Amino acid sequence: MKFLTSIILTALLAYGFGLFTTLPWWSFAISSFVVALSLHQTPFKSFLTGFLGVFLLWVILATIIDINNEHILATKVAQILPLGGSYLGVIGLTGILGGLVSGLASLTASFTRKP
Amino acid sequence: MRIIPLIISTLVTTGLIVILNKQLPVGGNKTPRLGYFLSPQIGFWQNAESVNTNYNNNIKLTGLESKVDVYIDDRLVPHIYADHENDAYYVQGYLHAKFRLWQMEFQTHLAGGRVSEIFGKERLYVDRFFRRLGMVYGAENTQEYVEKNNPEMKTSIEAYAKGVNAYISSLKPEQIPFEYKLLDYQPEAWTARKTYLFQMFMSYDLSGRGAATDLQMTNAKNYFGYKDFNQLFTNIKDSLDPIIPKGTVFVKPSINPTTPKDIDSVYLNNIGGTSSVTAPFIPNKNNGSNNWAVAGTKTKSGRPILSNDPHLGLNMPSLWYELQITTPTHSTYGASFPGSPAIIIGFNDSIAWGVTNAGRDVLDYYDMKFKDSTKQEYWFNGDWKKSTTRKEIIKIKDSADQVEDIAMTVFGPVMYDNVYKNNNTAGKYLALRWTAHEASKGLLPFYLLNRAHNYDEYLAAISNWYNTGQNFVFASKTGDIAIKQQAAFVARWNRQGDFVMPGTDSSYAWQGMIPIEENPIIKNPVRGFVSSANQESTDVSYPYYLGAGSNFPIYRGIIINRKLTAMNGITPEDMQLLQMNNYNVFAEMARPVLLKYLNATSLNEEEKKYVGILSDWNLNSDYNEIGATVFNAIWDSTESAMYKDEFAAAKLAIGWPDDPTMLEALLKDSLYAFADNINTINNQETINDVVLEGLKKAVTKLAALEKDKKLAWGKYKDTRVLHWLKIPALSRLHLPIGGGRHIINATTEEHGPSWRMIVHLTDEVEAYCVYPGGQNGNPGSKFYDTFIDSWANGKYYRILFLKRDLAAKHKQVKWLMTFTQA
Repeated sequence: MKFLTSIILTALLAYGFGLFTTLPWWSFAISSFVVALSLHQTPFKSFLTGFLGVFLLWVILATIIDINNEHILATKVAQILPLGGSYLGVIGLTGILGGLVSGLASLTASFTRKP
Repeated sequence: MRIIPLIISTLVTTGLIVILNKQLPVGGNKTPRLGYFLSPQIGFWQNAESVNTNYNNNIKLTGLESKVDVYIDDRLVPHIYADHENDAYYVQGYLHAKFRLWQMEFQTHLAGGRVSEIFGKERLYVDRFFRRLGMVYGAENTQEYVEKNNPEMKTSIEAYAKGVNAYISSLKPEQIPFEYKLLDYQPEAWTARKTYLFQMFMSYDLSGRGAATDLQMTNAKNYFGYKDFNQLFTNIKDSLDPIIPKGTVFVKPSINPTTPKDIDSVYLNNIGGTSSVTAPFIPNKNNGSNNWAVAGTKTKSGRPILSNDPHLGLNMPSLWYELQITTPTHSTYGASFPGSPAIIIGFNDSIAWGVTNAGRDVLDYYDMKFKDSTKQEYWFNGDWKKSTTRKEIIKIKDSADQVEDIAMTVFGPVMYDNVYKNNNTAGKYLALRWTAHEASKGLLPFYLLNRAHNYDEYLAAISNWYNTGQNFVFASKTGDIAIKQQAAFVARWNRQGDFVMPGTDSSYAWQGMIPIEENPIIKNPVRGFVSSANQESTDVSYPYYLGAGSNFPIYRGIIINRKLTAMNGITPEDMQLLQMNNYNVFAEMARPVLLKYLNATSLNEEEKKYVGILSDWNLNSDYNEIGATVFNAIWDSTESAMYKDEFAAAKLAIGWPDDPTMLEALLKDSLYAFADNINTINNQETINDVVLEGLKKAVTKLAALEKDKKLAWGKYKDTRVLHWLKIPALSRLHLPIGGGRHIINATTEEHGPSWRMIVHLTDEVEAYCVYPGGQNGNPGSKFYDTFIDSWANGKYYRILFLKRDLAAKHKQVKWLMTFTQA
């Protein structure tokens, strides 16, 4: 239960922070940290829920945009970055980078307590 | 608390954020800030527009006088209906910004010498070049003049700027254009100055070649001596078919420029060392265009048809943005420049107009003598004259400012000096005189053309055009056609300004400007058409010197005039086919010459095969023609075999002879001095030897191309439309289009017809257009490259030129944007 709640809360707060586009893109690291601080889990689980929260959020957001865009821009970005022109690659990279930052922030929070 | 894991984890987390928040160097480039760039809520994903974007909107803005309706059709072309002139330009500014903001700012940053602010010191050389060329200086001069003298232009440009800024200030951080996110910077406020800088950008593109070629020509003259130079870079062209038909009688000139007495010793035959300079952007030699108008006597409908296709660098987003502007004073449609108000090439409900580049020389260098390296005083007319200093401060991303101290002389800014130089300039002081520096009326001629009703108003409008020479073609519903070459042109003596001129006194200075009434013009000629294709505007009976022959390509003019002479009962469709015509008239003249000098018996089988392809070619440079590739390869390598020995020893940049030089020489003469290879002392090579050598070189190349399956002309030429940043993913590559150099469809690798327009002046104007781009500059929009395939295939769009009430219910009108006072 804690596991699932952590993922959902991480995602929701990251989304909420993301609405304020004058804030830096990494603001969700703070909310993920706070979630992991409040819902204490083992370091591994904290990392995992933090990672999954933003990974899923970013993958879902990017996928919705990408489908509506018929992959026009993601395909171009996938040539620039370079990811072999694969829009799926860009979506994946988007999710992983967001997930990693979030997961690491959550992991950090989990270390503030005794095991 | 677990201290050590905590510390490590904190460091890794912040470290990752810091790295993802930085532009990382990769190769010679920098990545975007990846975390920011990929963030779906703020990064590039926000620029991925839905393909079903709804452009309907009610926009409330301050500064409007009354409501403006903008109907947007299915090609995303806006039709602006405003009750006040300034409101129309306000909304034009808003729309340009909405669809083309990044490009508008980038082009004016380029013109104003500010790209180092984006890219850092790697691009400082670009900024220094444009600052020293006087781009900002020229923009300031024209702005000052216009703001004092042309109130309607001033208010239009200011209303336009307000519209641009209204859009910019409405932008949320996630809404800025894609390229800002990629390069990691922010849009800044738009100013009237930027519109003037944009004009300088076009002035440079259309008349700035001399900034590089005058130096190359000087080097070439010094290297070869004037006599040989004059053969290699000849001004005499037997095949010329000028804009104003041969035999036209010109009025007696009101200025008779005096050739300086010492021209032979200090100018033409002076072989003192001069400079070779590499300009970061030499405007394309093929910057030219076609335009023509046919009279009712030659058309099926009995009404004139006007055609124009300006040939410029092909870029994405396009230089052009299509729109209609309707106010109580005028209703005008055409191509506009993002960055400027009004329409530049187009038509209204009475007339149509178009432009081609005149190619006249409006830029000269003067060799100055300064007292010392402080550049405070220079020798002029027997005295030390004080210079002033212009400071240009270049801001550089992540570095200290660079300051350019530019000495200003009677001629203009000293572009090259003891500080700004290269290996070859050896500290020479070269002052630049360029008409684009001088105060002019800016966009006023276009503002007036937008509103012109007839021939007299057309003539009055273009009489305000000073800076760079343009051929303004005209046609009206009342049946008039005309073409005029217009600008403030220097009254030159023969060869004046083709080379760097002595600047120590006024004997080489400009002696006056040709009165505009004496500029070449023709109205309603008996032959029933007017045309221009960048060739010399007149034959030698015109009393003024037009400039170096290499500025004027002649073959497109020949074929256009031949075709138009033969055509009758012309329809707009015929004009479309003519714009897309791939017939190579240069090859028509050059092929027999090549074949004449080839002795079939001395050729091997492979050589015979390619000569056979050349002989059988139908002279059309269509996409699939292999003959076109064979011809070009043989011609180019023959030209190289002819001249490379003479050019090889030059240590400075000296240019290369133009195609007519060798062709006309070989047409005239079977003995040509340059045929002899100067490196073989005991042998006297003939033209036959040179052509054979050229063929052998070409065959090696052709065989390799054939192996790669790239012998078809279009595959070999490989036309592309590149994004301004040259990023392939944002460009369109390998386009299926033929044409090329010397051909009406003047499409080369990265250059060609940037806007094709045909206007049939019937009661309800019937017009067609297409350009290689799309209305939306956002690479994430489906409208980014909408027109490119049509453009490549020679398909045109029927223009919707709509009255307000019709626009509201037309089935191709998809969206309505209304603008009201907040």
